[in-house]
Amino acid sequence: MLTPLEIEALRISLQVSGTALLIILVPGIAMAWLLARHEFFGKSLLDGIVHLPLVLPPVVVGYLLLVVMGRRGLVGSWLFDHLGLSLPFTWQGAALAGGIMAFPLLVRAVRLSLEAVDPRLEAAARTLGASRLRVFFTITLPLAVPGLVTGAVLAFARALSEFGATITFASNIPGETRTLPLALYSLIQTPGMEDAAARLCVISVVVAMVSLVASEWLARRTRRRMAGRDRGTT
Amino acid sequence: MLEMCLKHRQGGFDVDVDITTPGSGVTALFGHSGSGKTTLLRMLAGLDRPDQGRVVLNERTFVDTGRGIFIPPHQRRLGVVFQEARLFPHYRVRSNLTYARRITRGEAFDRIVSLLGIEALLDRMPGALSGGEARRVAIGRALLAEPDMLLMDEPLTGLDGARKQELLDYILRLTREIDLPILFVSHDPEELMAVAEQLVVLDQGHVVASDRLETLLSRGDMTPWLGGFEASSLLKAQVCSHDHHYHATQLILGDGQRLTLPLLDRPEGSVLRVRVRRREVAIALSSQRDSSVRNQLEAVVSAITPGAPGTLEVTLALGEQSLSSRITLEAGEALGLKPGMTVIALIRSVSLAG
Repeated sequence: MLTPLEIEALRISLQVSGTALLIILVPGIAMAWLLARHEFFGKSLLDGIVHLPLVLPPVVVGYLLLVVMGRRGLVGSWLFDHLGLSLPFTWQGAALAGGIMAFPLLVRAVRLSLEAVDPRLEAAARTLGASRLRVFFTITLPLAVPGLVTGAVLAFARALSEFGATITFASNIPGETRTLPLALYSLIQTPGMEDAAARLCVISVVVAMVSLVASEWLARRTRRRMAGRDRGTT
Repeated sequence: MLEMCLKHRQGGFDVDVDITTPGSGVTALFGHSGSGKTTLLRMLAGLDRPDQGRVVLNERTFVDTGRGIFIPPHQRRLGVVFQEARLFPHYRVRSNLTYARRITRGEAFDRIVSLLGIEALLDRMPGALSGGEARRVAIGRALLAEPDMLLMDEPLTGLDGARKQELLDYILRLTREIDLPILFVSHDPEELMAVAEQLVVLDQGHVVASDRLETLLSRGDMTPWLGGFEASSLLKAQVCSHDHHYHATQLILGDGQRLTLPLLDRPEGSVLRVRVRRREVAIALSSQRDSSVRNQLEAVVSAITPGAPGTLEVTLALGEQSLSSRITLEAGEALGLKPGMTVIALIRSVSLAG
């Protein structure tokens, strides 16, 4: 049904986006919590930096990644010298690029749902002998799960559709960094491949739809578990 | 012993109190909204930090700003029941109850669950509970944390009449059957008449008075603060006998006199408090044999103060206890009442206070 080329692009896409999500999940939750629950000097600046990938041209992000994470970059040279790790032109690099582009979406969604968690429930948990850490993992985070699911799916979808930063930082290498969008781009550039391009387009739509439906189903399931919530607190 | 000596400023509102109450029984913080009672409860629980002062419960110092001590809320071992139930919506009732991880099963668990009548709710989600049920679960959750003191912040507010009485009955059972000091915050005199032993009256962040409820009720100068208590007296009494034929219970007061009430569901020998409204007490110079008022107590007039125009507030001593009566000025003069006189208090109706 699918051609080997299509399967390969799909596999790389899922692998890259999944890894991107894994990379940013914990930092994203931590950042969302920091922004939702704390007041500190430079908060607006930090908030702005987090949102930068949303408004910057992706090519700029890709370029900055090359500068910082490239073999001779500030962080990249250290990674290469000490861990023998080189990110540009690898699928891990593509995952990093996708993760950074998706980061603001994850943070926004998680932050909103953390802000919606009733601090009075957290206070109640504290009086029941729970430390701050336990309150976070047993009350705050579970109550924010619907937003976390939405954020994760949005981030996954964003990484899936990532093009500009990926092609700049990780290039368009078949079998390594050629994700669905990059493969589609290559086909469009090749005369006589219009049909193949259309097939890839359909595959992209289907993958995006599946992830959206899955997120909706997950979110509804968690909401139903807490059906009605606590009448006493509303 | 609970000591709270605090100074705190919060948005133009000053709290400045120095309270010492016995660390046992039910102590009530009474005051109108904005009197600072919830602020005090939050500081005791560790949810707010006072600008200055000390909080000590039974020799455990929670806060001492002078020595830089602040014990965080989760290490204070206080059970807090908030005005809203604050159940965790993502856990079943059972997991809410065991959240504190102290008593999670066994006899102690079963006892508290049955005391609050929540056995049938254990597998439900909090969203499926009624307001009264949710609050009972919240009380259970606090009790199962094995607290050194139970703090209740207006636990009955927002419930309708019948639900309120039901929950109040559960709370009263609790005070009888569990030996745990309780701090009860409320602005409702009815509730406090039922539960409080010790009363702290607060107004605009300051303590107006702090004493035993009966003592405060018998103080004439407290009327502006305790007017809502419908000017009642509380008498401590012991169940003497039950009479099923007349459907009545005989109580014996500290001075040996007897009171008859409609049949009570309390074992003989148990100590309870009854409430007598001031306007239900008439005064006679001799006992009335041909009267339908059966509760006639010999008492000594201890004070007479003018009340509303045309009325007198008469304070009667019944041994160690005191009883208030409101009579007309005309009646007072006709009877020639004077402090020190022995009279008969005719009590038209008396009810159980808790």
